[in-house]
Amino acid sequence: MKLLVTALVLSVISTGCRKGMVNQQYLKPLAEEEFFKDGSASRPIPPHTVARSHLNEDAHFFEGKIDGRLVTTFPAPVTREMIAHGREGFDIYCAVCHGRTGAGDGMIVQRGFPPPPSLHEERLRQAPVGHFFDVITNGYGIMYPYASRVTAADRWAIIAYIRALQLSQHSTLDDVEPAEREHLQTAEK
Amino acid sequence: MAQLFKKRANVIARLIIFGGPALFLAICAIIYGFGRSDFWTRVDNPLNQPVPFSHKHHVDGLGIDCRYCHTSVEQSSFAGLPSTETCMTCHSQIWKDAPVLEPVRASFQTGRPIQWTRVYDLPDYVYFDHSIHVNKGVSCATCHGRVDEMPITWKTQPLYMRWCLDCHRHPEENLRPPQEVFDMQYQRPENQSTLGRQLVLENHVHQQGLTDCYTCHR
Repeated sequence: MKLLVTALVLSVISTGCRKGMVNQQYLKPLAEEEFFKDGSASRPIPPHTVARSHLNEDAHFFEGKIDGRLVTTFPAPVTREMIAHGREGFDIYCAVCHGRTGAGDGMIVQRGFPPPPSLHEERLRQAPVGHFFDVITNGYGIMYPYASRVTAADRWAIIAYIRALQLSQHSTLDDVEPAEREHLQTAEK
Repeated sequence: MAQLFKKRANVIARLIIFGGPALFLAICAIIYGFGRSDFWTRVDNPLNQPVPFSHKHHVDGLGIDCRYCHTSVEQSSFAGLPSTETCMTCHSQIWKDAPVLEPVRASFQTGRPIQWTRVYDLPDYVYFDHSIHVNKGVSCATCHGRVDEMPITWKTQPLYMRWCLDCHRHPEENLRPPQEVFDMQYQRPENQSTLGRQLVLENHVHQQGLTDCYTCHR
């Protein structure tokens, strides 16, 4: 009887110390797991596997190419929301090197990264939109690929904003709404 | 007949009657205080990391957005730690021979991820989703503090349930306009209560459900 009571009291006390619910037996994202060779619980997708709803058949949308040739059109109509969203993406992922205006003078370049070409070069102004998609997706020269960081839809939004940036650097007063022109001219003085 | 108790017994009895509960309360107070101490909760305690990564340098000094590295914070429960590829995007060219970055280069060559030390660790019985908080106007800084001022990252909140509930009961006290969520220098406006109530409506924050048990424990 005495033994039973002791066991009961001990088990009640010790349950208070167990942290089984705090650290449960499942793997968290990117946790350490020595079972796998690379020591990570998060597994890469096995080669040639297609996740449900990730068939990515639309080559125009997912590769920026049709029959191996760079596309010259956007896969969907460009909207104001898309450009605004693209601006957000550009300022997060691209501006660090390419600069907020696309001139190629971002902060990382100022700290010693080899400068990228200005997005306002004639060559890049004439380049098809598929070229930008290809560069963001697969990288270019010393620029790393961004496919794993920026979704295809976001990449197209960023390209729409790049086009807007290019237009902004090559517009004249005639492109401005007549009502706004006067405002701009007085602001200059 | 001799006295059964000596005069001293009065003192001992008083000590036991008053001292016993006092000791009990003192022990309770110590446990209570210890549980909230920075020593136990590890608040304000910079942790050693395999690479002494400075958020201050990258965020404040270089102006890199949180999402450049924590890419999934707007879509996923998990904010996402940058892969070694993300580090190497810049460090394949800048500081490419720095001894301090040796673990990064080694990880890039072997494909074995860098083992960072976790700073914020919620108990596993708590369900937490970064994306819903960020999308409804809770800033990174609200929970993680001024990360842009941390040379080595530390925890700024003990993550006690009361702290979660404080905000779930009065979300209007902490909500920001959507475009300010990732701004580290944002100052709480004077009309926070009015603005907050407006944001609760605009962002469709369903306040009744916020304190239900199954919102966080599922």
